[in-house]
Amino acid sequence: MSGRRIEHGGRVDRSRVIRFTFDGKTCSGFAGDTLASALLANGVRVFGRSFKYHRPRGVIAAGSEEPNALVTVIRDEARCAPNLRATQVELYDGLVARSQNRWPSLDFDVQAVNDLLSPLLPAAFYYKTFMWPRAAWHKLYEPLIRRAAGLGESPTLPDPDRYSQRFAHCDVLVVGAGPAGIAAALSASTSGARVMLCDEQPEFGGSLLDEPTATIDGKASGDWVRDSIATLRARANVTLLSRTTAFGYFPHNLLGLNERITEHLPAPSANMPRERLWQVRAARVVIATGSIERPLVFPGNDRPGVMLASAARTYLNRHGVAVGQNVVLVTGSDAAYSAALDLRVAGVRVALIADVRTDAAGAPLDTARQAGIEVVTGATVLGTRGRLGVREVTIGMLASGAVNDTRRVECDALLVSGGYTPSVHLFSQSRGKLEFNEARQAFLPSISAEPECSAGSCRGVDGYAEVLNDGARVGAESALAAGHSVAAQQYRVQSREFSMHGLPGVLPQANHLQPSRAFVDFQNDVTTKDLALAMSEGFESVEHIKRYTTTGMATDQGKTSNMNALAFVAGELGRAIPKVGLTTFRMPYTPITFGIFAGYDRGDLFDPVRPTPMHDWAVQQAAVFEDVGQWKRARYFPRPGEDMHAAVERECKAVRAGVGMFDASTLGKIEVVGPDAATFLSRMYVNGFATLAVGRSRYGILLRDDGFIYDDGVIARIAEDRFHVTTTTGGAARVFGMMEDYLQTEWPDVKCWLTSTTEQWCVIAVQGPRARDVLAPLVSDVDFSAAALPHLGVTQGRICGVPMRLFRMSFTGELGYEVNVPSDYGLAVWEAIHAAGQSHGITPYGTETMHVLRAEKGYIIVGQETDGTVTPDDAGLGWAIAKSKPDFVGKRSLARATMHAPDRKQLVGLLTADPRVVLDEGAQIVATRGQRAPMKMIGHVTSSYHSAVLGRSIALALVRGGRARIGETLYVPMPGGEIPVQVTATVFYDAEGARLHG
Amino acid sequence: MVDTAIRRTVGLPAAAWLEVVPSATRFILRGAAGARAAAGEGFGISFPETACRAATDGDRSALWLGPDEQLLLAPDGQVERIEASLAHALQGHAYSLVDVSHRQVGLSVHGPHAEPLLESQCPLPLNLRDFPVGMCTRTVFGKAEIVLWRPAEQLFRLEVWRSFSLYVVQLLHEVAREL
Repeated sequence: MSGRRIEHGGRVDRSRVIRFTFDGKTCSGFAGDTLASALLANGVRVFGRSFKYHRPRGVIAAGSEEPNALVTVIRDEARCAPNLRATQVELYDGLVARSQNRWPSLDFDVQAVNDLLSPLLPAAFYYKTFMWPRAAWHKLYEPLIRRAAGLGESPTLPDPDRYSQRFAHCDVLVVGAGPAGIAAALSASTSGARVMLCDEQPEFGGSLLDEPTATIDGKASGDWVRDSIATLRARANVTLLSRTTAFGYFPHNLLGLNERITEHLPAPSANMPRERLWQVRAARVVIATGSIERPLVFPGNDRPGVMLASAARTYLNRHGVAVGQNVVLVTGSDAAYSAALDLRVAGVRVALIADVRTDAAGAPLDTARQAGIEVVTGATVLGTRGRLGVREVTIGMLASGAVNDTRRVECDALLVSGGYTPSVHLFSQSRGKLEFNEARQAFLPSISAEPECSAGSCRGVDGYAEVLNDGARVGAESALAAGHSVAAQQYRVQSREFSMHGLPGVLPQANHLQPSRAFVDFQNDVTTKDLALAMSEGFESVEHIKRYTTTGMATDQGKTSNMNALAFVAGELGRAIPKVGLTTFRMPYTPITFGIFAGYDRGDLFDPVRPTPMHDWAVQQAAVFEDVGQWKRARYFPRPGEDMHAAVERECKAVRAGVGMFDASTLGKIEVVGPDAATFLSRMYVNGFATLAVGRSRYGILLRDDGFIYDDGVIARIAEDRFHVTTTTGGAARVFGMMEDYLQTEWPDVKCWLTSTTEQWCVIAVQGPRARDVLAPLVSDVDFSAAALPHLGVTQGRICGVPMRLFRMSFTGELGYEVNVPSDYGLAVWEAIHAAGQSHGITPYGTETMHVLRAEKGYIIVGQETDGTVTPDDAGLGWAIAKSKPDFVGKRSLARATMHAPDRKQLVGLLTADPRVVLDEGAQIVATRGQRAPMKMIGHVTSSYHSAVLGRSIALALVRGGRARIGETLYVPMPGGEIPVQVTATVFYDAEGARLHG
Repeated sequence: MVDTAIRRTVGLPAAAWLEVVPSATRFILRGAAGARAAAGEGFGISFPETACRAATDGDRSALWLGPDEQLLLAPDGQVERIEASLAHALQGHAYSLVDVSHRQVGLSVHGPHAEPLLESQCPLPLNLRDFPVGMCTRTVFGKAEIVLWRPAEQLFRLEVWRSFSLYVVQLLHEVAREL
């Protein structure tokens, strides 16, 4: 037992006792405790084992910078969050926490043998050790390393929690609600500007909560915080977000905030999201992120009980917990004296204050001595003792750079302070330039890259009055920059406070080569010896040393270690700190869940699912669906006992012999209207449209400007100045975009306009020899006899009493119509056609049958027969090009010689020697038998099906010089052997096209 | 006559803060500036000259969607009437008038939570200062493109392509759970 709850004081609610368990042991704390403060109050010193050496570790800090005290918090089997900092875990009733990186227990850990083996595990040992034998890597080394590495264990069940996302905009976003942030928010919001204030802690106030004796404008600091927050809360133009970490700074003043909503609640509502991602676009940002105390680097500085002085003060003043009964303070800064003084007042024995500065003097020392505390200056720490917690510290006294006297001091907590490091993480993420400040021995914000401004101690301002006034000024200036004027308030502060200046780096040692290890990065177990080794192996850049030793690369991003590592390297190299450089700060500031990035995008909402008007009908008919882009399309309609093959066989036969109906609503549709519409389409498509008569349609091919096929469709002339253009299902949006682009940027003089009508029209394809018979009783106001409406004719009339555009067209090779009706009528018209077709044996068919039927006719599908390198001629569609046209998109590219090379891949048909063999789509084709890999591949299969009407397999393929090879036998090498195929024309059925004109 | 009895819109779950707007007549009118002025007379509304603003008169509205694009809204069943009056008013002008009545579904999101509901998945600022009453624009809600219009302080009208409407409504309901 060393830590204990003091009688009075702190901000915890002592009337609300909270029970929780840690490693199975039941403990209690108070409302307002963190897991760390409650465990300290329960006398716990060892919080976890370290990553590499499995050394016992205690809590060092009281905030998000904590490197050691990582725990797993378990709500249930699926809700199990590893690597949470105990200093940030708020206590709730029934909380279950578990320590990490130890087996079987915290006090006795098997892998602690690593610590004894540490001479064998230097920096980058894994680069050096596991090189031989090579075969052992996969089977032995990698599994071993993977088991030993990693922190905590991930839950294996799907995350049952909800995660929310919200966009927000404001004039001034203030990050950090310490004194500077609150003052900035107060003055900015007084101006009328819209202000957001966020803080990672559950309670606003920052360091003021550790400073109960200070007064601001005559109010106790706690009261000032409470009243200020109440004032802000009452303002309609202010949004307050606690438990909200600004984790990332993105271009154009977009910040990512992570709000933790239910994590602190014992039984959260299922409707509440666990966390929310705020994407905040702010006109101005005030960074008021404060500063973090640096530990000191000396042998044995990682022993449980060694703790930042500021943390001891936080535990005392916020949580009412004394971290020890007999403490020693080792400090390189004045500010840390406050911790010793506060503890002394709370009745804790302060055995010694050892100031490492030889020239330390003044108010802090005098005050401490007046309080009866022994203070020595020019001291250093030579080592600590205590198996599972510090028992004793060895202090060395320095004289002219050498240790000339040592003394051992018993203690149960060793407070350390090297001064404060300004938190410049967000500023640095915003690409702002840092500058090293000699006096502060710290990097401070210098040149901004974004419209932001730092305020308070994160930019090196020292002293509460100065920090408050700096915040007020920056808040007012930020509001003004966002168009809102206000005068900055001046604050009067009374407090006993000492300078936060300090000294980065490593305490001097009696013997530079002594074996005891001084830790720089606690979380990644990096010592000064590791850094020295890296330098002795030739690494001098801090970026290289960082990667070689992994210092600063743990989940805490080196918040407590980076400056010490930098100072050590600079010292060893004999260079100034800014010459050694600083590693890059990256988001996230603290680890955040993947959940907030997924947000609502999971399950049914992962991506929009686009149903057609007939979707529910198809569901009722037990259709099997396939995804085509975001659309759901019925693939086939199996009857009981049918598999896909049987269903498609039946559907195909029905269309060829009788009549089938097909939902083609997903086809893209664009209405092109205007006096120059025909001119525009003639320029876009390879075909000519000037001569297309009203009431006629034409198959059109659209190229990119590189001459390759981009899309195809049927284009109908509805009126002189009005065309109904169809596109592929997947190509609708990009074709519309391409056309709009050409109209706006290339041909602004062309008078026609585009409107997407994809979803205005529901399209029902009725295909087969009986198609006209089915439609005849339903259609009115129009003559669609074979003579009046020949193949590729278009007309308008009514069906079932609703307006209709009727296309005579066929993607099956049979007599066919496409009935277009406004979408709300689609289902009723579909059902009417289905009912009317019953006497003709009408059969609904899906996309799979459509694919087979069109392949039998050699009709291409863009994206299946084409892959972005296929010209119209390659696809056998050279006939479609209107050669007399002066220009069209892609024409110039088609004129290149290579586009006419005889060995280009051309679309051909393939018939396997064995009619039962259906080739694999994508299979490669070779010219001769018996080749050894790598074979000379001359093409590939693009489409392959069993054809019901032909009673055999068919395939389409792109083959080099394919049309000249018709009649030849080629080979498709497959794992089971080479499949001989005969090259044919692309049309397998009804080559004369007689059936189209039925 | 059109048999509206067989008309079936998308079935969408409503809520206290969400209604599916009744079937409507909708047109996209595109054309040069001169055509816009003439069309306004034919439609009975002087069309907004300011970007991203809607004009309403009685049961008809015109929404500015682009320098040459307006979305016209009118009660159901006025397709032929509006086509005829605009054809008359626009004689001599080059323009495009396309019936999109069935292309999209109108949703009305209203009440004090309307703004935060929509801000959850719409990246535009929707507060009254940045998105005042009468403003309209094309934007996104989640992964769906929408037209967003604010006819009143606590009323937003969403025009969503019909196949996206279920996604948008389900997403709204999902967001609403936490409000």
